Order: sequence, then structure tokens, then C-alpha cells
Amino acid sequence: MHPAPSIIVFTTLSGIGFGLLIFLGLGLPALTGWLAFIAFGTAFSAAVAGLVASTFHLGHPERALLAFTQWRSSWLSREAWLACGALITMGLYGAGAVLFGVRIVPLGWVGAAFCLATIGATSMMYGQLKTVPRWRHWTTPLLFFAYGLGGGALLAGQIAAAIVLIALAGVVQVLAWYLGDKALAATGSDTGTATGLWPRGEVRAFESPHTGPNYLTREMVFVIGRKRSTQLRVISLILAILFPIAVLVIVPGHVFAALAIISHVLGVLTARWLFFAEAEHVVGLFYGAL
Amino acid sequence: MTQLPPPSEVKLGLVIDLDTCVGCHACVVACKGWNTENYGAPLGDEDPYGAEPVGSFLNRVHSYEVQPEEGPAQLVHFPKSCLHCEDAPCVTVCPTGASYKRAEDGIVLVNEDACIGCGLCAWACPYGAREMDPVEKVMKKCTLCVDRIYNENLEPEDREPACVRTCPAGARHFGDLGDPTSDVSELVAARRGFDLMPEQGTKPVNKYLPPRKKDVEIDVLAPMLEPIAIDAHGFLGWIDRTLGKLPGGGA
Repeated sequence: MHPAPSIIVFTTLSGIGFGLLIFLGLGLPALTGWLAFIAFGTAFSAAVAGLVASTFHLGHPERALLAFTQWRSSWLSREAWLACGALITMGLYGAGAVLFGVRIVPLGWVGAAFCLATIGATSMMYGQLKTVPRWRHWTTPLLFFAYGLGGGALLAGQIAAAIVLIALAGVVQVLAWYLGDKALAATGSDTGTATGLWPRGEVRAFESPHTGPNYLTREMVFVIGRKRSTQLRVISLILAILFPIAVLVIVPGHVFAALAIISHVLGVLTARWLFFAEAEHVVGLFYGAL
Repeated sequence: MTQLPPPSEVKLGLVIDLDTCVGCHACVVACKGWNTENYGAPLGDEDPYGAEPVGSFLNRVHSYEVQPEEGPAQLVHFPKSCLHCEDAPCVTVCPTGASYKRAEDGIVLVNEDACIGCGLCAWACPYGAREMDPVEKVMKKCTLCVDRIYNENLEPEDREPACVRTCPAGARHFGDLGDPTSDVSELVAARRGFDLMPEQGTKPVNKYLPPRKKDVEIDVLAPMLEPIAIDAHGFLGWIDRTLGKLPGGGA
């Protein structure tokens, strides 16, 4: 799949932002006043920046309100509702903590639940797609949860939780790559089943229907990502998982935590780039590209 | 509403004969032409006369080489457009309700005024049947020429999709695949029509007819047929005779 920068930024930033809001909602740490202002400001900036980035992916962002209508069937629509619910409840909760020094604890829990559900809905936009076998797997929601919560714990300064959750994200990520590499082959789909010509012999794409690229080949038959995949996987693991954990274990403290956060975000961005770039869409079978 | 309607009784769709298709792309051009001037936004082109033209099409013709275990490979031309699936994944993923399947005849359409251009429906389609218009930034797909098939301003023989109407080989057929007694249903039954990528569970309405087996042997009498025009007359005859008399002319 085409790794569109708007979607990579959206899923990474909003994941981390909602992750941080989950911890703030649970009172980990229980902040009020100026410290709460900075923490909530950071979380809202990340979450909202991510959501705004996602609208750059739209052909007609001016019609975005219509995306609230189909929550019965569409994960994207559910994500829109849940994100609004999360931002409103956490906004009220944050306003209480910042302006009045009051933490309305149940509201924080409800907000945290909304944030978690939002991350889940984001992951299911990809996890629901049967056309992308690598994504349609239980590791997809788990991966988004683990990255969101790990990054959130890191930003919230919950050192023990951050170490555990980021390590978990690393394990899920490696598992997702390992299983994902076999996912397309496991479906049994190939150019023969795509065209239905398999009973007659070996099917090979002979000539493309068009001389240049088209929307389909640009959007879904993206193959550059596979060339450097091993190197990028190692880099993303070091940046997102190993370096932040090492910092938290060896030199906990604000200055180094900032380094760990920067490294983690860069690592997640790399992993998210791979998430898209490596994903094989079955339409590639018609083009003989898989 | 992007929830799917209950399966309709009428299931309008296409039957594409892979045995007959000659790969001329006339259906592609007819489709582009009709759908640029009629239903919805025109099918746009970006940089149409430049170095890297990209345009939206609702119908594309692939070509495949099929290599049997023995004998020469066979070339199969393979037109592909929306299959108007009964269990259309492109419909349920749509967040705005722009993508829908008609309850009365099963045609899958896009209400372009409600399309936000997120592209998720194109991702959900295994067949590559949907393309984002590069100019209008809304999702385009085959409408089964819904503005022709019910159009009483057209002559009755024109009330079928443009691709079917134009096909010079008769490789495309249009009809109600929900009615087992319709011509298209009987054709599918007789020729053992099949679904594309059935493992995706989309239950496509459109069916494909397999290429027939090629003749293995040439008629045994063929080499014994009299060659035609063995002796030349007139001017060509004079050249033939004259060259025959010159050195190296043979007999």
C-alpha cells in the first residue's frame, strides 16, 4: 500500500496522543494546574494534529462531517465518533484539572475508555480489510494498542509501565512481521485464482491494461518498501523499542526521557511507514506484482 | 445507508466471455466516453497529453498468458470492471453513506456529492474496480450504465451498458443474473461461468466464461488441398517467365 505521509502522521501522533490521554484520565500521574495544562496540552496537540493530518488524505475534507453518519457499518465512521467522544470527555476532565484543580475521576475513566476505543477503531480501519492479508490479523489492533499505550506511558512518565508496554509493543511488532510475511501466501490467492484461469495452467500477467501507472498501481501496488525492509525493521526496533527501554532502565530522568520520546516517535513513524509500504493488496495479483 | 440491503431478486450484471474477447479495448473507450459525458463527474485525466498521463477508467482490459502443462501457451484477454458483488465490502467501509448498493437491482453506485474521497472503498475492493478521479477527487466506479439501461429516450437496443453495446466480438453480455431463466444465467450455466477470487467471499454478480480448449490438430486433409493461384497470368506472368529464363531463374 502507498505509505501516504498524512496517514502515517495521523496514526502515529493520534495513537501517542490518545495513549497519553488514557494515562492522564486514569490519574497516572494525577496532575492539576500548570503541570496538567502542559500534559493535556501535549496530549491534545498530538491527538488533534494527527486527526487534522488525516483530513489531508481526503479528496473533499469539506464534507468530513458526513463521515459521522455510517457508524453502524464503517470503522472510519466509528473512529470519528469515538475520537470526538474522547476529545470532549477528556477536554472536560482536563479543564477541571487545569482550571479548577479538580479531577472528576469517573469522567477520567470514561475518557480513558473512549481513547482506548479510538485507538482500536483506528486499527480496525486496516484490520478489517480482507484485501490486505497482512493487516487482517489480530496483531493489527494489538500493535496499535501496544504502541499507543507504550508511547502514552512514556510521555506520562510512567517508567515501569512504559518499559513493560514498549517491550510488549516490540514483541507484538516482531510477531506481526513474522506472521505478516506469510499472510498473503496463506490465503492461497494468486494470479490464477484472481483471474479464475488456474485450472487451465500457470497464469502470468502478460500485458498491463495501461501503459503508465494508474490510481490502483500507485495506491495499492506499492513495492518499493520491500527492498529495504530488513534494514528498516531493525532501525525501527532500535529507535522505537530498544533505545527508549535502555534509557528508562539505565538513566531515568527528564533530560534523557526527552531523548527516549524523540527516539520512540521516530521509531514508530518508521514502523508505521513499513506497516503501509509492506502491506500487499490482492489487486496486485491482477498486475502480476505479488 | 452503507449497510448492505438484503439480497435483491434482480441482480443486474455482466457476463464476460474470455473465449471471445479479442482484447481490442473498445469497451474501455466506449465506457470512458459514455461516463465522461453522463452520470456523475466526468472521468478525469491528469496530464493527458504530457509525459505522464494518468486517468480514471471504470473498465480495464488485462492480458494473461496461460501455460498449460503441455502445448503452447494461450493468451487470454481479460476485461475487468466492477462485479457488483452481493456482499460488497466497498459499501460497508464507506463512512459517509456515499457508497451504496441498490435494493431493487443490486447495482453498486457512488453518490458523488457525499464522497469525501478517503479511498477506503478502493482499498476494500479486491478487484481494483474503483479509481479515485484525479481531477474531481471523488471515487469513480462502473454504474452498469444505470443512465442507459432504464433510459426510455434511447432506442431499445441501446438500453444496455456502453461496453456491451460496443463490443465488436460479442464478448460481453448484460442481463439479470438473479433470474435463472434469463439468457445470461443460461449462458453461465452452459459455459460453466465462474467468479473471480471467490476466496474473498464477495459473491460477485458478474461472471466470467472460461476460454474454450484450442483445436489440438489441424485437419488431416489440409496438406492435400490444391494450392490456389499456382500459375501467374498477364504482366506478373510475363515477369515470371522472363525471370525464369535469366541465369539463376530456375525452372
